[in-house]
Amino acid sequence: MQSTEMFYQERPKALLVLADGEVFEGYAAGALLDNPTSVATGEVVFNTALSGYLEVASDPSYAGQVVAFTYPHIGNYGVTLKDAEGEKPYCRGIITRALPPRPSNWRSETDFESYLSSHGLAVITGVDTRRLTRHIARIGSLNCAIGRSDAGTLLAAAKNEAGTLLQDLVKGVSTTEKYVYSQYGRAKNITVAAMDFGVKRSILDDLSLLGDVIVLPADTSAEEIIDMGASGVFLSNGPGDPEALDYISSTIADLLGKVPIMGICLGHQLLARAVGAKTYKMTFGHHGVNHPVKSLDGDRIEITSQNHNYAVAIDNLPGVRVTHVNLNDNVIEGLEIEKANAISVQYHPESAPGPHDSKYIFDKFKQMMLQN
Amino acid sequence: MPKRSDISSILLIGSGPIVIGQACEFDYSGTQACRALKEEGFRVILVNSNPATIMTDPDLVDATYIEPLVAEVLEKIIAKERPDALLPTLGGQTALNLAMELAEKNILEKYGVEMIGASVEAISTAENREKFKDAMTQIGLGVPKSGFAHSMEEAISVGEEIGYPLIIRPSYILGGKGTGIAKNKEEFLHLAAEGLDASPVNEILVERSIAGWKEYELEVMRDKNDNCVVICGIENLDPMGVHTGDSITVAPIQTLSDPEYQKMRDAAFRCIRRVGVETGGSNIQFAVNPTTGEQLVIEMNPRVSRSSALASKATGFPIAKIAAKLAVGYSLDEIRNDITKKTPASFEPTIDYVVTKVPRWAFEKLPGTKAVLGTRMQSVGEVMSIGRTFPESLQKAMRGLEKGRFGLNCDPAETLWESFSDEELLEKVSTATPERIFMLEILLRRGISPDVIHMHTGIDIWFLDQINLIAEQRKFLDVLAEGKRDFSSLFDKYTWKLLKQCGFSDAQIAWRLGVDEDVVRRDRLAKGVAITYKTVDTCAGEFDAETPYYYGTFEDEDELQAASRERIIILGSGPNRIGQGIEFDYCCVHAAFALREAGYEAVMVNCNPETVSTDYDTSDRLYFEPVTYEDVMAVIEKEQSLGSGGLKGVVVTLGGQTPLKLAGVIPEDLILGTSAHSIDLAEDRKMWSQLLTELEISQPKGALVTSLEEAKGVVEDIGFPVLVRPSYVLGGRAMEIVYDMQDLTRVMAELSSSGSLGIEGGLSASRPILIDRFLEDAVEVDVDAVRDRNGELLIGAVLEHVEEAGIHSGDSACATPPPTLSEDVVLAIKDYTFRIAAALSVVGPLNVQYAVKDGKVFVIEANPRASRTLPFVAKATGVPLAKIAARVIAGESLAELRDLGIIPISVEVLGKDRTPSANHVANVTKDNFICVKEAVLPFDRFPDVDALLGPEMRSTGEVMGIAQNFGLAFYKSQLAASNAIPRSGGVFMSLADHDKPQGLQVAKILQENSFQIAATSGTYDYLLENGVTPDILVAKLLIDGKAESDTDARHYFGTAVDLIENKLVHLVINTPRGRGPRADGQYIRHVAQVNHVPLITTISAAKAAAASIAEANSKGLDVVSIQEMHALILGK
Repeated sequence: MQSTEMFYQERPKALLVLADGEVFEGYAAGALLDNPTSVATGEVVFNTALSGYLEVASDPSYAGQVVAFTYPHIGNYGVTLKDAEGEKPYCRGIITRALPPRPSNWRSETDFESYLSSHGLAVITGVDTRRLTRHIARIGSLNCAIGRSDAGTLLAAAKNEAGTLLQDLVKGVSTTEKYVYSQYGRAKNITVAAMDFGVKRSILDDLSLLGDVIVLPADTSAEEIIDMGASGVFLSNGPGDPEALDYISSTIADLLGKVPIMGICLGHQLLARAVGAKTYKMTFGHHGVNHPVKSLDGDRIEITSQNHNYAVAIDNLPGVRVTHVNLNDNVIEGLEIEKANAISVQYHPESAPGPHDSKYIFDKFKQMMLQN
Repeated sequence: MPKRSDISSILLIGSGPIVIGQACEFDYSGTQACRALKEEGFRVILVNSNPATIMTDPDLVDATYIEPLVAEVLEKIIAKERPDALLPTLGGQTALNLAMELAEKNILEKYGVEMIGASVEAISTAENREKFKDAMTQIGLGVPKSGFAHSMEEAISVGEEIGYPLIIRPSYILGGKGTGIAKNKEEFLHLAAEGLDASPVNEILVERSIAGWKEYELEVMRDKNDNCVVICGIENLDPMGVHTGDSITVAPIQTLSDPEYQKMRDAAFRCIRRVGVETGGSNIQFAVNPTTGEQLVIEMNPRVSRSSALASKATGFPIAKIAAKLAVGYSLDEIRNDITKKTPASFEPTIDYVVTKVPRWAFEKLPGTKAVLGTRMQSVGEVMSIGRTFPESLQKAMRGLEKGRFGLNCDPAETLWESFSDEELLEKVSTATPERIFMLEILLRRGISPDVIHMHTGIDIWFLDQINLIAEQRKFLDVLAEGKRDFSSLFDKYTWKLLKQCGFSDAQIAWRLGVDEDVVRRDRLAKGVAITYKTVDTCAGEFDAETPYYYGTFEDEDELQAASRERIIILGSGPNRIGQGIEFDYCCVHAAFALREAGYEAVMVNCNPETVSTDYDTSDRLYFEPVTYEDVMAVIEKEQSLGSGGLKGVVVTLGGQTPLKLAGVIPEDLILGTSAHSIDLAEDRKMWSQLLTELEISQPKGALVTSLEEAKGVVEDIGFPVLVRPSYVLGGRAMEIVYDMQDLTRVMAELSSSGSLGIEGGLSASRPILIDRFLEDAVEVDVDAVRDRNGELLIGAVLEHVEEAGIHSGDSACATPPPTLSEDVVLAIKDYTFRIAAALSVVGPLNVQYAVKDGKVFVIEANPRASRTLPFVAKATGVPLAKIAARVIAGESLAELRDLGIIPISVEVLGKDRTPSANHVANVTKDNFICVKEAVLPFDRFPDVDALLGPEMRSTGEVMGIAQNFGLAFYKSQLAASNAIPRSGGVFMSLADHDKPQGLQVAKILQENSFQIAATSGTYDYLLENGVTPDILVAKLLIDGKAESDTDARHYFGTAVDLIENKLVHLVINTPRGRGPRADGQYIRHVAQVNHVPLITTISAAKAAAASIAEANSKGLDVVSIQEMHALILGK
């Protein structure tokens, strides 16, 4: 069904049902238009960014999740595939307040709803997303179902959803084959071995400014990585619960001290676990592009892009230094394993979407690799 | 590292009178800054010439100077107060320019005053276009190709190099004054000359016109640690070519992808860093090519601006307050976000709604102007609205504007454009006008595609598609309206909800269905579709908001929480307009403060983003909503449902005509203070006349008419001249003095419903027109008073107008204590006021206007509501009249307020038997201080409008002059109104016959003060015959603008125009009669205006000016803080 330029009156009604029984009315969009009985389930999270919906939808870190945008108008400037973070939408569904009749931007190639439909993604629109946000902020993230079925059916589906807790979602999004990512050509004999837990395209872009990037499957062994003789190892972002990924943490433990390491997001959590830190599930996580993070090495505040539901807890762990904290809630945002030449950040210095305040982290990684 | 400890006192400069381009947003920002600095323990000294502001309230800072904003006066204040620092970035362009002047004249250095917030270097980099462009080019940011010119020759060579179309912008100006787009050489020569003149440094920027590009603004803050954040991004609906102050603007940015937005954000930070704004807020404007994405920096304001006020209201982030704290040394992460109370201010607000700002213009008040929008700002106010989607937000803005519209069409006024063909409308929308937005909806509803309209307007497809959603919903409504007899069965919950979510008001739907608004409302509520209020929280719901700042929408969840106390709703005054501005916001803000102090919860409803009333901490709950019947009733019902304490009622008499109009439709038992019946009684001409007859109080003869024939009959009886005016209007809208039959015919035609007033809905055949005998040469007097429920009366002040009766009181200068009224007259006025107040059973504020002729007092009108002069009276007397009025409205008596010390003991209160209260000190003020209020007129922005004063109000703002005699106070008021009276030089005089005797006195004084007098023949002869020999005889201008020719007897020394243009005349006194086609006067006034020569058009003002020149020459200027003055006059 042609989805663009549809008015609400022309759309079938649809429901969003949360596992705790909360029901939200809306209208079917995306793949829900094609199939009256389809149901999408996942862990529902809200993202507070005003722009960057394509980057969010195509970010592999959102695997297993249904994303609600707090800004009501989503899809305004359409879709420019070059901006996508992965080759398809990785989330399970999209919840919005309003979709535009048409996109408007000189770079737009297609409209957001068609893009989602073409990948079979369920979308519900016309939802009081603020009520949803407040609900999640109050009781924490939970599983949901969206579809055109009745509330009872959707509630059962939401309750059946496994969610992200203790789930290995990385194996579904990591590359299965090693490959070389080259975007900007060679630079200064640096080779970065990037472990792909669901890596974002823009991270690879930023790494390739440092040198050659070899992208590795998540289950690549430490030996294999060391044998490659890379200048540094990068631990990527990715979806879900780090606690389900101890096989990766132990690989990282084996790499520590042998090669400079930098981690982002899930990579940061896995690095922390590798040195004995704990991780925990947050109430509703950080998903947005306006989080203030303070670098403890100076006075500067970075406005950061964030997307995580799990975080690192450190209770007096020798050799591990907290380098960054979130000023909203004091969540640990950065670590340094001093003796092992390893650093990590919880937030997204590559932005996409979000501010460019933190790109210096990549330069720091470069210095670590050059000095090694 | 927290605040600086090396400074302890800070001087803040306000923005002066409300003018186009600089309105009450700077009262909002200045008030926030004053409070923030006080909170930090600094001694704060404030200078602002505008008495109608909250920031100049005596309680706010340590020393408040209501003095002219000129370097000479500022130096005196600095010498007296010796502040450690000067914060110039919160008082608009006025404060910035003045601070620069103080720095350039080494006054700051001389007294060791440090400029904080922005350095001289940073200000000049941002403000000087040449420097700014160089700076931007240096850091690799794109700017439109351009060149500077300081002369016409230079301008021509630069213009030819760049090629047309060209935009001309003068340096160091505000609100785009003197700016324009030239499509060819002829237009260019004209604009370049005007621009060079408008610039105080005679410099213009000539640049590539990028009209039609998309326009954006970013509000950026920076702290001393170089942390930068964007508070809000704004996208203009109207593309480049329309001044941003005249554009419909929307927050957040809608049509930029994240990579494009981040690129703009990076550019903004590079810009603020390069310019060197060390701390505080800046506003940076960008243009984006819609087909290539090319981004150019257009300009930056190194200070808090109109857009920052909008951004503050749009996001809940208090930019001015934070800017003040950053200026004294804090960093962003050391300041809490007031709204969440938990998270720091070092973040970027995110919103989950759409904010739309729509300007309001006053073209109807300025005959001779074309209602065409361009690069010079012409609007006088604005409305902001919040909706979950753009269509909802836009429609709310349209009804919030109070231009008689129910929304974006779907109302009686839409028929205005219905008769035009598609082609005609497409032609019309290619020019930006106030009406364009309504035409867009009609075109879309007719099926013209958004793409076609985009071709004609340059408006982004996204906006047009969204407006099309409104048009489509309207078409659904049209279909449903077919079965309107039984519309209820066709309207289910979903239909209702979709219409309401698209912003349709009940009034729009009712109009389309042809039923009463209440019918629609009841059906909607029965279907379960009620308004839900959502919180403005800076964080899109991520954190709990502590601040009760709400907007209404139609969603699932309402976020209001139970109230804790009894509460009172204060209805605000909506967008600023000529006749209803900051004065009423001042009253509403005071009501909120006073009611909170009295133990109530104060609830504010208003939609003007520039004001203090819409600051979230002014009231206990703020509903940022249009002030219309539907929106106000929804708030009333919501407040009634909030439990504990209940809703006590609604205050309608403090916000001007906007809330007053609602008095008749709000449930009677909820109206606090003066009843709706009394309000009606004062407005209804017949009942009012009857009442005065019963009270044996004189009024000018007059009658009500509904046709020209009746009007002629009345005039035969009472004689010319007459004052003609419609009922139920504010600011003397369409009021005129008529001297003959021909004029009467014209005026009556204009007032009929087909005339310009028809669209405003303020007049129809059923609303009669008043015709009164006009009292020539009478002195007009205003009285502001407050009466309580026990019948006691407090007279705030008796204000004597400088201009004679017939000039709208809002445009007239006035003085208190009255300089020339006899004691008997004052006593009669007080007596009349007492009896009128009693007869109207006023509980709250009352304003009565009188005309005094030959010692006899006539009542012109009475208004049982707060007046425009109330803030001035409070400043002049030290009696907090607005606060007293609010508490009296809430039920307290004047005696109780006296006991509480709110009414100073030295102030006279008349008991219910008219006996004065004990211990008051009679006429204590007269020997100490005289305060003069002067109006500020917008004519310099509208060179084609005749600058003559009349019964229709046209001023945008006011200033106050304080001194120990009338002459000096008047002198200061003129200085403050940018109408500085020269102390010597040449004066041109041309007087109407009946002004000549008084003119003689004026001439004498001027000659004594070594003025040279130039006069036209009639005036020349009269002066000569009466013993004052003028220096020069000048030729009159004939109707075609040519000079009358010499005769044998008379040899003219050119014309007044020649003298003015050759800078030989420094003061023009030109008093004509009526508003007739007196071409000569019009030419002279025009040239005077263009050459910034002060212009006096009434003989009373001329007398005042002459007195002031004499005083200024013999004594010189002194400064006094209002705290010092109040202590003296109240005997504190």
